[in-house]
Amino acid sequence: MASTTSESTVVTGLTKPATEPLLSVRNIAKHFGKNIVLRDISLDIAEGEFLTVLGESGSGKTTLLRIIAGFETATSGELWMSGERLDRLPPYRRRVNTVFQHYALFPHLTVEQNVGYGLRVAKLAEAEIASRVEQALSMVKMKEYARCKPAKISGGQQQRVALARALINRPRLLLLDEPLSALDANLRRQMQVELKSLQREVGIAFLFVTHDQEEAMVMSDRIALLRSSELEQVATPREIYSRPATAYTAQFIGHTNLLPAEIKNGVARYKSLSWPVQVPDGPALFSLRPENIRLAGISNDPIGDAVRFRGKLRHHAFHGASELLQIEHADGLVLWVRIRSSGGGWHGDLEFEFSPNDAVPVRESQTRD
Amino acid sequence: MFSRAYRAAVTVPPLVWVTVFLLIPYLLMFCYSFWSVSMAQTVVHSWTLDNYRELLRVNVYWQTLFRSMWIAARVMLFSLLLGYPLAYYLSFHAARRKDLLYQLVIIPLWVSYLVRAYAWKTILGSDGVLNTLLQYTHLSKHPLEFLLYSPFAVVLTLTHIYTPFTMLPIYASLEHIPRNLVEASHDLGGSPSQTFWRVIFPLSIPGVLAGATFAFVLSLGDFLAPLLLGGPSGIMISNIVVSLFGAAYNWPLGAAISLCMLVLVVGLLFISERLEKKWSFT
Repeated sequence: MASTTSESTVVTGLTKPATEPLLSVRNIAKHFGKNIVLRDISLDIAEGEFLTVLGESGSGKTTLLRIIAGFETATSGELWMSGERLDRLPPYRRRVNTVFQHYALFPHLTVEQNVGYGLRVAKLAEAEIASRVEQALSMVKMKEYARCKPAKISGGQQQRVALARALINRPRLLLLDEPLSALDANLRRQMQVELKSLQREVGIAFLFVTHDQEEAMVMSDRIALLRSSELEQVATPREIYSRPATAYTAQFIGHTNLLPAEIKNGVARYKSLSWPVQVPDGPALFSLRPENIRLAGISNDPIGDAVRFRGKLRHHAFHGASELLQIEHADGLVLWVRIRSSGGGWHGDLEFEFSPNDAVPVRESQTRD
Repeated sequence: MFSRAYRAAVTVPPLVWVTVFLLIPYLLMFCYSFWSVSMAQTVVHSWTLDNYRELLRVNVYWQTLFRSMWIAARVMLFSLLLGYPLAYYLSFHAARRKDLLYQLVIIPLWVSYLVRAYAWKTILGSDGVLNTLLQYTHLSKHPLEFLLYSPFAVVLTLTHIYTPFTMLPIYASLEHIPRNLVEASHDLGGSPSQTFWRVIFPLSIPGVLAGATFAFVLSLGDFLAPLLLGGPSGIMISNIVVSLFGAAYNWPLGAAISLCMLVLVVGLLFISERLEKKWSFT
């Protein structure tokens, strides 16, 4: 993907893909009175990319989406779509379509009338509308429900209809506002897979908004993490997980141990732990994923300069394939450790180890209000 | 779940009310309509269809009924034409002025109906406000006589009085339209006018039907506006009923007309209700 980021693209860094981006969000800010909802957001979306805007509720992610769709106007900043200014167009002139959180199907129209709506207002010939509606409905496997009213079909089916209705206009960019949040867990997982493969099939860029980090990881080409009105990090799921730029990112995406260490002459120290680093002297924060710590002396594949520590089991949670242990050292050091599930029965002093490479330096997240 | 005493306490009063003030009077009216009046001006309690034959035979009764319906239809039309845009503006564009404007629509309802009808009399009369103004500005040499004591005056007054009744259900149904449907229409390329005609208007039809029914039914049975402002050409069916129950002392015939109107109105309410159900989605 042209838009794969390097480490320098974190936070507000603007990604510069090789080709011109499909949509370019430039320094967008949004204030509602004194309340700042978005500040200085810059983000590029490439042709055919699946980009997820991830954030907690109130982080401003839905507002960003609504600005791109044209339902809100930005207080400042610009939107450009393939060399054209987008933010000055009314929503009905933008080649952007939206799948709404609660689908927003027209209740007085049948499924096929809903799907055909965009073509009908564009005054296409009825014959063409009919054939494209049929095509769109078969794409989402909803042909047999063509003549039903939305109230007669299930949430998952409404979801598909909303998708077909948005895609039939052949938008250049599809916006999806937490489209799966109303579905139950199983259906949700199934729709994630379907949505992703559909996106590959149609080749349209998706801008997906969610608060679910797992969903973001599973589906996205890149994730833009939004924290209280600002972009925290934009990167691929792998990169954002293994190289989180900030403490917030490390904690929000997955589970982590944050180690506030003190560095002196290339050695980081935190309580009884110490490990070699290539970071200048002074205080530094490190993220160490629980799954990068393992029980010492079990593996046949020894870690070179492993950092070892001992501790007692304080808490333990069984997650099926893995178990999460909370280990407390005598000096008060507490670490989470994730290991593959085994028979259990840990007691007494246990010894753990991790590779110094897995302790990733992260920036302290600034406190904002 | 609830005790018998509780259920009795909540169901008996309304039942008594409906029986005493609705069912019994209607039953009496029904009986009266099949009775007759003797030469000596006493009610003869023997069954006859004479009153209904009289209704069909005498042109003035059904002509007045048709005129009343025609007046009511115009009131309904004008109330819709005034009430819908007002409701639409309030619901979609008034923003912060919404509450204030809503109150301004409601406040006139606190003023007695009679006062408002009289107000039109002082406005439309030959030496009323409007005619004085027209003559003063030399737009007209003589006072315009058709302004008062005409169907025009009745339609105008009733429209003024019943527009809020038309506007309120329309407003309520517009308020019920989820705003994301409007956004969805814009998102799919629908222009503001396409969005109005394809999404907003269809979803407000239940309100339009309820409002139209209010205006029509209330105007149809009105007798004060025609009495005060209608003149001979603006007489409505209720005026005839009033005089039959009063000066003419022919309760049976009055009851027969009332019963016909009741059937008509109940029929209209029934149809309107069915249509509203058919068009409610939100």
